[in-house]
Amino acid sequence: MTPDLNHYLLLGAVLFVSGALCMANKRNAIGVLMGVELVLNGASINFIAFARFNPIFAIEGQIFALFVIVLAAAEAAIALAIVLNFYNNHMTVDVDTAEELKG
Amino acid sequence: MGEAPHGGAEVINKNSGEMKIDQVFLFWIIAAMTGLSSIMVVVTQNIVRAATWLLFALGGTSGIFFLLGADFVGATQLLVYVGGTLVLVVFGVMLTAQGPFISMKTGAAEWGVAMIVGILLYGVLAISFFTGNPLTVVQPNQITETGPNTSLSSVTLGESLLGIEQASPPGNWTGAKLPANESSGSEEIKKVRKQVSYLLPFEIVSVHLLVVLIGAAYLARAKRRRGAIA
Repeated sequence: MTPDLNHYLLLGAVLFVSGALCMANKRNAIGVLMGVELVLNGASINFIAFARFNPIFAIEGQIFALFVIVLAAAEAAIALAIVLNFYNNHMTVDVDTAEELKG
Repeated sequence: MGEAPHGGAEVINKNSGEMKIDQVFLFWIIAAMTGLSSIMVVVTQNIVRAATWLLFALGGTSGIFFLLGADFVGATQLLVYVGGTLVLVVFGVMLTAQGPFISMKTGAAEWGVAMIVGILLYGVLAISFFTGNPLTVVQPNQITETGPNTSLSSVTLGESLLGIEQASPPGNWTGAKLPANESSGSEEIKKVRKQVSYLLPFEIVSVHLLVVLIGAAYLARAKRRRGAIA
């Protein structure tokens, strides 16, 4: 079965849904971070697929995928710094214990 | 890709000829690997195993990029994501580990709700792909001027980033082919698709990355204990 645009979009949706569930379901803060990475990868797959299948986005799709990669690296760096700070203060990375701001 | 009755199909088949079957085969292999790995990231309760599954998911994504003809983006994905970001995540796992194997269990009720939400969300996305999407009529045979095997070279990518070259051919936003008399680019289309440079977004992203790294270094620096010295 020859893959067309929809197959790539469905693959991107698998990554997106997995990442969203990962963000919602994991109690480890680093697991949540992995979920964010999966969501961004699903978006990148969509960008590249549209760049391939829609000629007027041939450049734009790839450039935006590059931006997504750079922003994901920045996001991972800052999120890990926050997680390390949280670990220094609480001696755990369980996000359920971060409740000081609970109203 | 070859069954498409559109005009440009022969161009790709001439270039990639017998690669077609391999590409289809590779797509299903890599797609299955990527999808299963990303699902396993969610399912596994062990954070170290989740990091390993994430490695395969990210590597499979770069394989998908290569299959889609985005060589430079695939290589960047391998270098930055798999080589950089994932190593950062693994270091985070190691620095916050209380034991060699950590597991913070999620309750069974939460799992049930998550499964239902996930299946519903995926259903909504899949239905929206297959119904009323004008982009689904696009065939991959319209890219004819981007070199052998339809992959953009990194030179083209860099030149269009600088605004030197406009590589994306003119066309409708839905991806449908222009009428034959407009395929060379009418005045209106040319006015819309003027020379576009991505230099400013590139600079913004660069400065953003610099600021973020300074901020990360500030946040993660070794602090003295709270209240030790005021």
